[in-house]
Amino acid sequence: MKKLGKIYLALVLLFLYVPIFVLIVFSFNESKSRSVFTNFTFDWYVRLFHNRIIISSLVNTLIIAAIASIASTILGTFAAIGINSMRKVPKAMVMNITNMPIINPEIVTGVSLMLLFVFFAARMHFEFGFVTLIIAHITFDVPYVILNIMPKFKQMDPHLYEAAQDLGCSSFQAFYKVVLPEIMPGIISGFLMALTYSLDDFVVSYFTTGSTSQTLPITIYSMTRRKVSPEINALSTIIFVAVLVILLVKNFVENRQARAKEVKA
Amino acid sequence: MKLKYFSAPYLVWMVVFILVPLLMVAYFAFTNDNGAFTIKHVSAVGEYTNIFVRSVWLSLIATAVCLVVAYPVAFFLSRMDKHKQGTMLMIVMLPMWMNFLLRTYAWMTILGNKGIINHLLTLAGLEPVKLINTSGAVVLGMVYNYLPFMILPLYSVMEKIDKSVIEAASDLGCNSVSSLFRVIVPLSLPGIMSGITMVFVPAISTFIISRMLGGGSNLLIGDLIEMQFLGNSYNPHLGAAISLVLMALILVIMTVMNQFSPDDQVLM
Repeated sequence: MKKLGKIYLALVLLFLYVPIFVLIVFSFNESKSRSVFTNFTFDWYVRLFHNRIIISSLVNTLIIAAIASIASTILGTFAAIGINSMRKVPKAMVMNITNMPIINPEIVTGVSLMLLFVFFAARMHFEFGFVTLIIAHITFDVPYVILNIMPKFKQMDPHLYEAAQDLGCSSFQAFYKVVLPEIMPGIISGFLMALTYSLDDFVVSYFTTGSTSQTLPITIYSMTRRKVSPEINALSTIIFVAVLVILLVKNFVENRQARAKEVKA
Repeated sequence: MKLKYFSAPYLVWMVVFILVPLLMVAYFAFTNDNGAFTIKHVSAVGEYTNIFVRSVWLSLIATAVCLVVAYPVAFFLSRMDKHKQGTMLMIVMLPMWMNFLLRTYAWMTILGNKGIINHLLTLAGLEPVKLINTSGAVVLGMVYNYLPFMILPLYSVMEKIDKSVIEAASDLGCNSVSSLFRVIVPLSLPGIMSGITMVFVPAISTFIISRMLGGGSNLLIGDLIEMQFLGNSYNPHLGAAISLVLMALILVIMTVMNQFSPDDQVLM
């Protein structure tokens, strides 16, 4: 059973990683061909760092994703705590509206925000760009944060918070020492999901961006419509390696912490 | 300090940026350029029934494939040693850090008429196969892009299932198959439901996957909407009407699915 599980996991990972592996291999390909590997080269990496449009849209993407995912994690965590202690009817109402950006296709969220921004842009004289992008990203991120946290409340004993208070915790202590650790896995997975959604988002950004701040996905999209440059392959490779390094460091730190705990115990 | 007031900032945000924009979609769908009421645009949506049917069908297949593939992944993941789980989860999620346009583009490279698979087939002396610009390629693209969104919610529910519950089931005479269907599946139902939502909704609304892997012959609802807002046939009223019908369609499908989910059942 265990062995079968490992083989199965390996197959799924193979499916997930083969296309990325292909991108990486062809980032070192001298010719622009996408099926024949001619000669090894670093040229595309050199060109990447000289491509102003790609670099500036990469910076935009990182800034927007960071701001939007942090803001939506804070907003969403407080929202989830509040919603959880609401009465049945208002709770159901709020959750139904919160679910809308998720039940709704991304394209509808994008289109609806576009209509709103068009309405205000005409009256308040602002342009589509950085601010509209951040508002749009927070809007589609927050529901995912809330949705990741709410099941943790369901799995938690609702009397734990009161019990902590009965045993002498202030309401802040009870929240900080009892509720927060209990919902923390949800907050973290919510934040990670918000961050990935923001980094990855093309559809909503596509409808809410102006001509000034392009995000990387929009730049990539316009490149795939014309002729894809292998510089993008090179960029993918760099992103992949960067994430891989973060993962390895995180894993290393966690393993050491776990071992330290075992020694103490 | 009442906990329910914590949600106040979000409630304001929700009304301004979720509720109002959606009401604007409804308003646009039922008005013409002068702001007068009309059902012209909503009734025009009926002309695109074949595109709606294709979108629903392809995204249902993709969702089913994702569920079948992801369920064992999430299960094996949740039964691993605790310190290995985090690493494996990151490995599963890592591809999501690559932009989905790139991942879809990679499949263009692999499936293309002069792509890697056909290149290898030709080298082996076989006839090249038409892989790209088929509905199969669109489904593959959906499954590839949205699989981690099925794995994550499933895993986060299963990880909370106590090992002793499964042991108790087998002590009480369940074999591994019946403990799967009578214990693990019922306990993971919330994860299944949110997994289905997270895969089905982006799949049915995509316009990039169909454009890149489906060619011109596999137009989906998303393509239709995009064309009304940013494409050549600019008509936000018709676009809003199609969006409204799409929302209603998804609401109906999700409501039907929710009938199978015992949402009031007390979980462990």
